[in-house]
Amino acid sequence: MDDILLLDAIERYLSGEMSAEERTYFENLRKTTPEIDQMVVEHNMFLHQIADYAANIQIKQTLHEVHQHLLERGDLNEGGALSSKGKVIQFWNKYKRVTAIAASVGGVIALFISGLAMYFSTSVNDPKLEQLGKDLEVVKKNQQAQGNIINEVTSKIPTNARLLSGGSGFLVDPKGYIVTNAHILKGTGAIVVNSKGAEFKSSIVLIDHDKDLAILKINDEEYEAVKTIPYSIQKTNSSLGEEIFTLGYPRNEIVYGMGYLSAKTGFNGDSLSYQIQISANPGNSGGPVFNKNGEVIGVLSTRQAQADGVAFAVKSKNIHSIIEDLKKSDTAFRKVKIPAKSTLKGVERKTQITKVEDCVFFVKAYTK
Amino acid sequence: MKGDTNEQALLKGLAHNDSKAVEIIYKENFNMIQAFILNNNGSYDEARDIFQEAMIALYEKSQTDSFVLTCQIKTYLYSICRRLWLKRLQQMGRYTGSIDGFEETVAVEEDLENHEKRNAEFAIMDRALNSLGEPCKSLLQGYYLKKMDMNALAAEFGYTNADNAKNQKYKCLMRLKKLFFSQYNIGE
Repeated sequence: MDDILLLDAIERYLSGEMSAEERTYFENLRKTTPEIDQMVVEHNMFLHQIADYAANIQIKQTLHEVHQHLLERGDLNEGGALSSKGKVIQFWNKYKRVTAIAASVGGVIALFISGLAMYFSTSVNDPKLEQLGKDLEVVKKNQQAQGNIINEVTSKIPTNARLLSGGSGFLVDPKGYIVTNAHILKGTGAIVVNSKGAEFKSSIVLIDHDKDLAILKINDEEYEAVKTIPYSIQKTNSSLGEEIFTLGYPRNEIVYGMGYLSAKTGFNGDSLSYQIQISANPGNSGGPVFNKNGEVIGVLSTRQAQADGVAFAVKSKNIHSIIEDLKKSDTAFRKVKIPAKSTLKGVERKTQITKVEDCVFFVKAYTK
Repeated sequence: MKGDTNEQALLKGLAHNDSKAVEIIYKENFNMIQAFILNNNGSYDEARDIFQEAMIALYEKSQTDSFVLTCQIKTYLYSICRRLWLKRLQQMGRYTGSIDGFEETVAVEEDLENHEKRNAEFAIMDRALNSLGEPCKSLLQGYYLKKMDMNALAAEFGYTNADNAKNQKYKCLMRLKKLFFSQYNIGE
């Protein structure tokens, strides 16, 4: 019990809780009793030990809390962590470089692959290729500007039908079979206009998107079948450098263009078509490509975007093959006959054109 | 210089266990140390241990009356960590003879020695406290560590009044003191 009283006194003395009087008394006691003095020193040291120990625990606690806090905020990163929020941030911090690199590599690969896909695809949907069908919203406006024509147009196109696109086409059989490009016929039906501006109703009888060819049949009472078709459709392949000319409807009027055959294959080696050097514009699609003897060697279909004068024509032997397909499809078409002989050989170009232009039509596709 | 006064303020904060100051020092230096440990065969946990150890050494240094830091906090922490990590690698037999990291270092051997001595003392105190048994341990922890006042302790431990609690505390304290000094003097 004495020890406890003494301890209490020492603690109070050390913490300065004693009154001045008590303090003087205690200090005297220390001086006179070496044991007590020793106890005071010892206890003082011990109390410091405890205080330091307590402080050590507290600073450890603080450090631990700060660490957790910084971890949660994502300022620190330890690969894995306790809080899920921290984890996400840490993962992001840890892997953001990797993610960025991966994303850019992915992007590059995606671009590369789509580039490759584009490069190998010869589809007319290729952005490097432009289909030469033309948007007839514009044509329609032109027609509206030319008052008298619009009446004719509205008379043949079914009411409340909407014009979609336009292009060219040409007769392959005097009975009114017209070859054109499949990509022009976007809608449900088409009318054809001849070089004199007369319109005829027609129906789509065959469409082959692979070859990008289609056959229309004029079924209009006003249509008078031409007596003969002056040109023939070539079955064999043409040679490089062959002089060619075309007729088509990039405008509402028939337009002549000439050039030469520049490659035996089309875009990226597409063996279904030729590359030709000719000035072609939207609306020329579906137009015939003649050689100088007046034989149809192809159907003008696309041009290379960003390359001047480079166009492509579907080879004429494909016309033969789709006519065969047409004949097989229905007995009604069995009598379709492709002209085999050209009467234009050795004839002056102007005369060739006059003879041919009646057989080249402006094709307007519409949808109801 | 502004940087210096800033660091002085931070050290002052650290000396008073101010969590704001601790956080700033922590944030500014931890990543460097972590990178150093990770680059030298260590793990995330080891990086944390070593860094906190160094922080404690700095804290202890800041407690002394004659405290002056003659270098940047960063350099000091790095020096301590480097020494600590080398030592730990050697203890674990993972030391490969070289250690990467070319940051500037200062002599910290003396500080480390002090720090280790303190650690040893704390370990003795820890053992002494743990061998006291309840309720002595909790009573003393309540009074000396959590700095609770005698009335609150009496209420918490169910003593009828503060004086009784105080008596009990002194009894416990005498036992602790005995346990501590028996170990401490052997250690000496």
